[in-house]
Amino acid sequence: MNTFKIGGVHPEPNKLTADRKIETLALPKQAVFPLSQHIGAPAVPCVQKGDTVRVGTRIAEPGGFMSASIHSSVSGKVAKIDSVIDASGLRKPAIFIDVEGDEWEPSIDRSDKLILQSNKSRDEIIECIKNAGIVGMGGACFPTHVKLCPPKECTIDTLIINAVECEPYLTADHRLMLEHPDEIIIGIKIILKVLGIDRAVIGVEANKPDAISLLQSKTSMVSGIEVMPLQMKYPQGGEKQLIEAVTGRQVPPPPALPANVGCVVQNVGTVFAIYEAVMKNKPLFERIVTVTGKGLKNPCNLKVRMGTPVSQLIEYAGGMPEDTGKLISGGPMMGRPLLDDTAPVVKGTSGLLMIPEADAIRREERNCIRCAKCVQACPMGLEPYLLATASEASDWECAEENWIMSCIECGCCQSTCPSRRPLLDWVRLAKNRVGGIIRARNAKK
Amino acid sequence: MSFILTAVLVLGLTGLVLGLVLYAVSRKFKVETDPRVGQITELLPGANCGGCGFPGCAAFAEACVKSDSMEGLKCSVCKSEVMQQIAAITGHAVEVGVEKVAVVRCAGSCDNRPGLRVYDGAKSCAAAALMNGGATGCFFGCLGCGDCVKACKFDAIKMDPETGLPVVDQDKCTACGACAKACPRNVIELRNKNKLDRRVYVSCVNKDKGPVAKKACAVACIGCGKCVKICPFEAITLENNLAYIDFEKCRLCRKCVDECPQHTILAVNFPPKKVVAPAEPKAEETPQAPVEPAPMPENTVEQQKAE
Repeated sequence: MNTFKIGGVHPEPNKLTADRKIETLALPKQAVFPLSQHIGAPAVPCVQKGDTVRVGTRIAEPGGFMSASIHSSVSGKVAKIDSVIDASGLRKPAIFIDVEGDEWEPSIDRSDKLILQSNKSRDEIIECIKNAGIVGMGGACFPTHVKLCPPKECTIDTLIINAVECEPYLTADHRLMLEHPDEIIIGIKIILKVLGIDRAVIGVEANKPDAISLLQSKTSMVSGIEVMPLQMKYPQGGEKQLIEAVTGRQVPPPPALPANVGCVVQNVGTVFAIYEAVMKNKPLFERIVTVTGKGLKNPCNLKVRMGTPVSQLIEYAGGMPEDTGKLISGGPMMGRPLLDDTAPVVKGTSGLLMIPEADAIRREERNCIRCAKCVQACPMGLEPYLLATASEASDWECAEENWIMSCIECGCCQSTCPSRRPLLDWVRLAKNRVGGIIRARNAKK
Repeated sequence: MSFILTAVLVLGLTGLVLGLVLYAVSRKFKVETDPRVGQITELLPGANCGGCGFPGCAAFAEACVKSDSMEGLKCSVCKSEVMQQIAAITGHAVEVGVEKVAVVRCAGSCDNRPGLRVYDGAKSCAAAALMNGGATGCFFGCLGCGDCVKACKFDAIKMDPETGLPVVDQDKCTACGACAKACPRNVIELRNKNKLDRRVYVSCVNKDKGPVAKKACAVACIGCGKCVKICPFEAITLENNLAYIDFEKCRLCRKCVDECPQHTILAVNFPPKKVVAPAEPKAEETPQAPVEPAPMPENTVEQQKAE
């Protein structure tokens, strides 16, 4: 079985919810929509306080080319446009909607009927995806319509569907594949049509044999779509790692894109959202969230309307365990700790993880012993100990020379460090600074 | 005997020839330096703090010599006499600047601003500011990881382990501004030193609305605007729910200090007021007092209004 060559770690999978069916969560009393749920410019609100909205009504327009619109997931009245502490831990502007009933936009097809064909043209499909506010559902939240329009000079030959879900604990994509395989395959066909190519590979890690066999049986009659089981290794779900695992091609360092090696990667959740947007005219306002944790009574996979406060999901799963030390939005490797349980579910919330106090607290940090475990673990072939030291000394030049911008922030280095050094924290800081320096330099030119 | 003489002669001649070559080369390729650069560098502190905006003291000295006037050239560390000496060397006039000092505008000690979470990431304010809001409910105040302490080249700023806030030693502080630059939240500001080191300032940078700010910190500015109204010199402005005292306009009358309902405005190094009768007790409860250096004996005004 294929996998990427350098680095990687093998964290405990802990997929507690792999056999739990997707359940639908009740509507919240108030839904909160942060305006920046994606990479790029924040969206601009197009509703005002007191406006009545329906499910699927657009409430914020893209704030630029690299941006995405936001739709209401509930019907009711706009209560206020204020700020909320989101998963980033910072206070950001958001639209608050008081829920009244559940009235959908009439244009949305709410039936379960599978729609196989659409006669929309390529441009219409892209417009449709853009209007639906679809972003990468894997966690990075990169606006999908931007990704589907690769630079003209690149020739794309392969579409890779990221169904790896290498993060421990998370099972949202796994369940989606088991419960909606047909929709996913139609979604893939739509993307192939947009890109004008005929080859797609679905990369799935070997710990999901049920999903692999189901997809294989569904795709056996479809030409051009292949299911590729991959060896288990974190961070295989990283775009560059997945491209290497599937095609053997290596993406050059930034500013090169996957398109430079002829690949476009889409998360399986995004594919499902594209199906719903194109075939059912349904914008992105729902997603599947894995609520999990070792101490949790009823870990589950939930279909949640965006804007629902995290507390409601936790309540459904049996309440927050008393010994919880950290509440994390996302998986244990790349997720971000939440400040409290009032944060809303956003487009990038793939999971909610409650870690017991004993596991959550970082133990005392020690000096680097130059064991080079982090170097061995880094899937990008970087030297994390050096980058962290440079960052600690504010030596941004050294960090830049050592390719800090190639870091994908997967956290492998930090998880292997025997001295328990917060390597990723330092690298993130340096990445932020070096990124700023590079942007300033480019602006001068 | 003759071989000794030969050796001496050969070596002597070689030495002479090489010496002549060296002399010729050194004359031909001599680098002309302005002697004044050296003189000025001697006068400068030599800490290479970068407070002047140049890479180091030598670079600053060179800039002084090359420039046509002393405008914009100021070693923030040097006293004004030193600047005048430098001006005498370059032959330009220098304006005597006001001496400044770094002021920590946050009084969110452990008592005033209780911690809600544990931040156990990298020990750096910059990293903490990137990550999330830090350990308290205030998203604007001091993060307490000590980036300013690391930045200070003059050992003038230290963390107070009790309050978790940095304390500026005003005698050592040279107002180079390195700490202010290092602070990711702009808590530290360079303010006029004034006579007898007396200062009045708003010890808060929280721009949240009143209730939010008050919930996060007991001594947060809530933007009520009372100080703006009472100030006779129009020195106080209110922007984004936060009052700011312009130190150029402030005449240190201290009316705002008594008016502030949150005790956010601090007056330091003033002698105790004589007329105060009811506000006298509770002197031991001084949460925001440690923000300012302890050694000053007259440091009692904020103790009075600390209850």
